[in-house]
Amino acid sequence: MEVELKELLNDLQSLKKSISDPSHLALIDKMHLHAENIATLEKSGTTRRSKVKDMSAEVVDSNPYSRLMALQRMGIVKNYERIREFSVAIVGIGGVGSVAAEMLTRCGIGRLLLYDYDKVELANMNRLFFRPEQVGMTKTDAAVQTLSEINPDVMLESYTLNITTVQGFDTFMSSLTNKSFQPTMSGSGVDLVLSCVDNYEARMVVNQACNELNQTWMESGVSEDAVSGHIQLLIPGETACFACVPPLVVASGIDERTLKREGVCAASLPTTMGVVAGLLVQNTLKYLLKFGQVSRYLGYNALKDYFPTMEMKPNPQCSNAACLERQKEYILAKPTRDAAAKAKADMEALSAAENPVHADNEWNISVVDDELDGSDTRNSGVLPEGIVHELPVADEYLKPPNTEVVGPADDLEELRRQLEALNAD
Amino acid sequence: MEGWDPNTKSTLTQIPLLTIKAGPRDGAAWTQRLKEEYKALIAYTSMNKSKDNDWFRISAANPEGTRWKGKCWYVHNLLKYEFDLQFDIPVTYPATAPELELPELDGKTEKMYRGGKICLTVHFKPLWAKNCPRFGIAHALCLGLAPWLAAEIPVLVDSGMIKHKDDVATSSET
Ligand SMILES: [Zn+2]
Repeated sequence: MEVELKELLNDLQSLKKSISDPSHLALIDKMHLHAENIATLEKSGTTRRSKVKDMSAEVVDSNPYSRLMALQRMGIVKNYERIREFSVAIVGIGGVGSVAAEMLTRCGIGRLLLYDYDKVELANMNRLFFRPEQVGMTKTDAAVQTLSEINPDVMLESYTLNITTVQGFDTFMSSLTNKSFQPTMSGSGVDLVLSCVDNYEARMVVNQACNELNQTWMESGVSEDAVSGHIQLLIPGETACFACVPPLVVASGIDERTLKREGVCAASLPTTMGVVAGLLVQNTLKYLLKFGQVSRYLGYNALKDYFPTMEMKPNPQCSNAACLERQKEYILAKPTRDAAAKAKADMEALSAAENPVHADNEWNISVVDDELDGSDTRNSGVLPEGIVHELPVADEYLKPPNTEVVGPADDLEELRRQLEALNAD
Repeated sequence: MEGWDPNTKSTLTQIPLLTIKAGPRDGAAWTQRLKEEYKALIAYTSMNKSKDNDWFRISAANPEGTRWKGKCWYVHNLLKYEFDLQFDIPVTYPATAPELELPELDGKTEKMYRGGKICLTVHFKPLWAKNCPRFGIAHALCLGLAPWLAAEIPVLVDSGMIKHKDDVATSSET
């Protein structure tokens, strides 16, 4: 663009010299002025910062990471720079996902994978992040446009697809297992998956993928009445998966039956979505950079400003086969885990004896986890106040409303023909 | 079954139930499930025809039976309004129901998610979850799409958002 404009100015200059008719000169001068104005606008509009090789802790106006690196100086985070090694996948770039993506981008995350099949609409403008001029663009493209301007250091990958379809799911799985960013990574190719979708179906798909890949993920949600939300950490085999128990949501305190739903599917507020995105990314940073306590479940009731927390163990009767496999592996790995925990505790005891205890060490002590012994794993069914199940469990004992049950057998092609015959008339 | 009208309820109980819990990624088990889906759809379609309440056509749009296409219609003030109907069988099916789409109505009603996916009532998902894996495509149409059309089409017609195909030519000239 800059080069093109320079050429244009040169051409106008030579045109002015070669022209014999003086009546055209004023017009050429005017064109010259316009071109110069465009050049100025262009310069001021795209002052993109160049990429930064290393994160510096130097406190100068030009350092985008100085305030983040200060976390390290203050002793909150041991090694903030590690953030550049992490890959985070964000599924759903809507009111929560887009804001989470911006937060991680500003924090200097290494790589972001963005998934959405939707386009930006004017109806999204009550939420944060997307701008009216992006209406019509895919959410993934619009997000990449904005995020790469904010921080060119972040590696962005966008996937415009619906993960619930067979084809979309395959691409989703293979993108999560691609290790080209960190070839030495164990497990999948990402450190964390954030689910920021707005429906149960898509959450179940993220759950399926993460159970199969043994991938830790975080779930987030905002209620359809826009006044409550939650975040949840899911570690396959270790915590309840999304299918282990019916989804948990924060009760808004409003009776569902009094909720006027006529004429609308869902309400949304930039505030509730911003709060949930903030809680989600806060938990993400604590998980990745290993500081503070990582919440297993944190609810938000906006009407009462109530934040319930809880933990859930996996359900040995979970309907998800991959979840059961992960549960088995987790139990088998108990001796290894115990040995590692003991070694860590010994190390810490040693270094505590050598150095005076620092206040900021408090959260670095890993708590030896309280094991599931294989019997006491059923979720008690007692939920903290203000948290309710969103859906019932599949009721195996429900008497079928109809005694006639279709059996398998028969030929698929023959059945297809029968339906087509019915469809034909 | 609180919150359902008696008609939907009695129709539902006559659709055969399914037994196999398998989704599109489950290979041979999915083929067995697909047979059950066909049987339930055949029974439901025949039943609708015999009751003179025929209201949809649906066929698998690929050999795997993971994508379905067809038509559905609704009669309002003696006029028939017909729409394309399509949906994918999600990878987590039957734990989650297919999301039924009426692409022609995308953006015309608030009771729809983007892409023309119909917005189901608060009663649908709990009932589906409770009856997994017994409910299939036929049940989704009966419990999801039929009540939606009955509630939304009259509103869309009366508000002028949709026009009968015979009226389109004349009204577009004015
Ligand atoms: Zn599970």
